[in-house]
Amino acid sequence: MTKALRRRRFVSAVALGVSMLATVLGLAILGAILWTLVVKGFGGWSIAVFTQSTPAPQSEGGLLNAIFGSAVMTAIGIGIGAPVGVLAGTYLAEYGRRNKFTSTVRFINDVLLSAPSIVIGLFVYTVVVARMGHFSAIAGAISLAIISLPVIVRTTEDMLRLVPKSMREGSAALGAQPWRTVTNVVYPAARSGLITGMLLAIARISGETAPLLFTALNNQFWSTNLNGPMANLPAVIFLYAMSPYENWQALAWSGALLITLFVLVLSIIARSIAALFGAGQRGAP
Amino acid sequence: MSTAQPLHARHPLQERLQREASAEAIFRWATLCAAALVLVLLAGVLISLAYGAWPALKTFQWRFLATEVWNPVTRKFGALAPVYGTVVTSIIAMLIAIPIAFGIAVFLTETCPRWLRTPIAVAIELLAAIPSIVFGIWGLFILAPILQQYVQPWLIDHVGPLPLVGALFQGAPYGIGLLTAGIVLAIMVLPFITAVMREVFQMTPTSLKEAAYAAGATQWDVVWDIVLPWSRPGIIGGIMLGLGRALGETMAVTFVVGNAHRISTSLLAPGTTIAAAIANEFTEAVGDLYTSSLIALGLILFVLTFVVIAGARLLLLKLERGATRRSA
Repeated sequence: MTKALRRRRFVSAVALGVSMLATVLGLAILGAILWTLVVKGFGGWSIAVFTQSTPAPQSEGGLLNAIFGSAVMTAIGIGIGAPVGVLAGTYLAEYGRRNKFTSTVRFINDVLLSAPSIVIGLFVYTVVVARMGHFSAIAGAISLAIISLPVIVRTTEDMLRLVPKSMREGSAALGAQPWRTVTNVVYPAARSGLITGMLLAIARISGETAPLLFTALNNQFWSTNLNGPMANLPAVIFLYAMSPYENWQALAWSGALLITLFVLVLSIIARSIAALFGAGQRGAP
Repeated sequence: MSTAQPLHARHPLQERLQREASAEAIFRWATLCAAALVLVLLAGVLISLAYGAWPALKTFQWRFLATEVWNPVTRKFGALAPVYGTVVTSIIAMLIAIPIAFGIAVFLTETCPRWLRTPIAVAIELLAAIPSIVFGIWGLFILAPILQQYVQPWLIDHVGPLPLVGALFQGAPYGIGLLTAGIVLAIMVLPFITAVMREVFQMTPTSLKEAAYAAGATQWDVVWDIVLPWSRPGIIGGIMLGLGRALGETMAVTFVVGNAHRISTSLLAPGTTIAAAIANEFTEAVGDLYTSSLIALGLILFVLTFVVIAGARLLLLKLERGATRRSA
């Protein structure tokens, strides 16, 4: 073995060793974050967290109104974002396969996918909140819908493209119009993929904070009024974590653990569905 | 003959076909509108931000981009400090995240046992699913104290006295500041850059790698001289995608950057970023000019990230097209 070869082998071994260390570091950071959350957040979990509304400083309380507000706004957001996104994805995958408009929409959609969510919040503030004159849960839900839209458009298009062409041709040969083919043949065939996309979108928007800060704002009390400010987990976590009060900080950790568990479980379910049904899922994690 | 119908009477089947055709037209139109909505949204965001930013831009003109002052009392606003903070924290994030992402991608595509690849890749990608506010609270309560107690004093003592670079590590160890924000950002963009790098590494033609091995290359030679040059456009695309995320990241940075509207040479000093300034001050902004200045910051941020992300997507698109052409 020559000296040069020995040196090259040594360099190779060291470099690959370092790359393994990088992986260990990445996994360690994930572990550290989850560990902190469990230690700090789980201790604060009690019945009160799920049955009482957010407290005044130094007094007892829970996160019920914030959990409710987050659920409502996420539900409305996905309720608007999902149908529109699926329709748009359908156009890209089925009707406009090769035209210029399609490639433009696809490109802009990919850009919106990574656009800063705080800018979406500013947009909704200027067109909804400023017009209506007050903060509202509806405005929050609209900003979440806008953030979920690109995720759903992207996954819908990807999933519909995986459906074999022969199925569409079979349907067309029976005399079905394209819309019948899409709704009766293509959608059922891509169902697991479409569900994956929606779960990923829910995971994405349920942790969003920035756009809610100046659309839904926050509310210390229980409220079901969609036309007024509504509490939501991310905003409560932000407010309470930055506060000097110990019970507020404890609640912030409990909320952070809750929201992270929810999002991680959702992501894992989405991935398992995609893996189970063999649909290779790409793009936004 | 009696079964023959008059020509003007419509057969039920014909009517059915008619109905199907109009349903088709409606469905097609609905999908087209939904797709067009994506473009409308982009235009809407740009126009509404420009409209909201107009009073500030008219008052301060180009000086908005060149002034450091941010004073709600005297109503003088300049974007220089947040823009500086945004750029510096993003650069720090990239300097940390790129080598680590590269290492993980190399490990996952070259050395890792096959059965371990997917679990590790999924675990790294789960980092991307954690909401940014969680990174913020973790950064503030866990990471910042560690940096304050151990890392920053060491930097001040050992790197601080050095010429040139020393200037970056001066002052007191606050814990929070530009450096801390950069580190948290690095953790957040890591999964995005890793995912793209891994994907493009896997696209390297096996025949190229096999040829190199046959010529006596070590594993690292193959990574450095074959895989890396081949996937360069994809890597740059992935890095720019990560950069786009880092520039616009809000909540995590708001927690740890310190929120001070000033420019300091030291990375240990508190600063602010565009997104953090908006998140912190928007609901408390009094007066039209203050609000408008914050929206103008948003406009700058949107244009900045748009350029970076669009560039990244174009690069990745080019690479994808090249790959399909080669494999065809």
